[in-house]
Amino acid sequence: MPLWLFVFLAALAVLAALGVVLQRNPVHCLMALVVVLLDLAVMFIGLGAVTVGFLQAIVYVGAIMVLFLFVIWLLNLQTEERRVAGSIGLRFFGAVGAAALVAELCVFVVKAPSTAGLSHVPPTFGSIGAIAEALFTDYLIAFEATSLLLLVAVIGAVALARRATASRTRSPVPVSPAVHEQIGARQ
Amino acid sequence: MMSVPPSWFMALGALLFAIGAAGVLIRRNVIVMLMAIELMLNAVNLTFIALSRSLGSIDGQVIVLFVITVAAAEAATGLAIIIAAFRNRETVNADELNLMRW
Repeated sequence: MPLWLFVFLAALAVLAALGVVLQRNPVHCLMALVVVLLDLAVMFIGLGAVTVGFLQAIVYVGAIMVLFLFVIWLLNLQTEERRVAGSIGLRFFGAVGAAALVAELCVFVVKAPSTAGLSHVPPTFGSIGAIAEALFTDYLIAFEATSLLLLVAVIGAVALARRATASRTRSPVPVSPAVHEQIGARQ
Repeated sequence: MMSVPPSWFMALGALLFAIGAAGVLIRRNVIVMLMAIELMLNAVNLTFIALSRSLGSIDGQVIVLFVITVAAAEAATGLAIIIAAFRNRETVNADELNLMRW
């Protein structure tokens, strides 16, 4: 990857990542996250991981981000969260903690033994065939475990998001207004 | 062709990870917190890919595939929990979702 391309992609990724964290509208945050993901997909392809880069664009941007978007629409989150009292300190400590984290990680990256540049790799490096060969030999058990994980996640998601039907008992306990007031007073 | 050292990619990954961690700590909207978690996962993926290229080993790319799969499972389950919580409490603010019932 040429230097100018890396600088451009890195600047775009950092700007869009800041957009994810700092914007107030959840849909705008999501669009910034899509920019980050596509940016990283280009970077993966530039690093020789062609298959992973395309899968990143297809699976992440095409499936997961659309899922986020549907949930935001479903919950109708147009209004922005109001600022909660006391979150100024929270925000301050969050920023300080993140700055400490990035300093720590940069020290680690600088002090880490240089991996002696980039080794020359065969042209098939990162192709579907090379990945499939590793995936179905060395990582076969992990691959099967992943399929089980996806199955459990699908069942769990359906069970959690399902609206309780009328024939069953209603899932949320009916709450009287007095209890609502009690909760409000407790907060 | 490759003129950028791999440590630069790792530094960028560290920066993106820190931004994502700050997002989890700062934001109170649980959906945006989930997005920040996805950002952190992708920062780690970038490190994996850079080291995979640097070491000439395919293992890092396979692990990134697993990370993407786990991220999909995590997003589906997390969003389902958010929907269930929103149905009961009518809010996605993490400060107001502080009771296990109601």
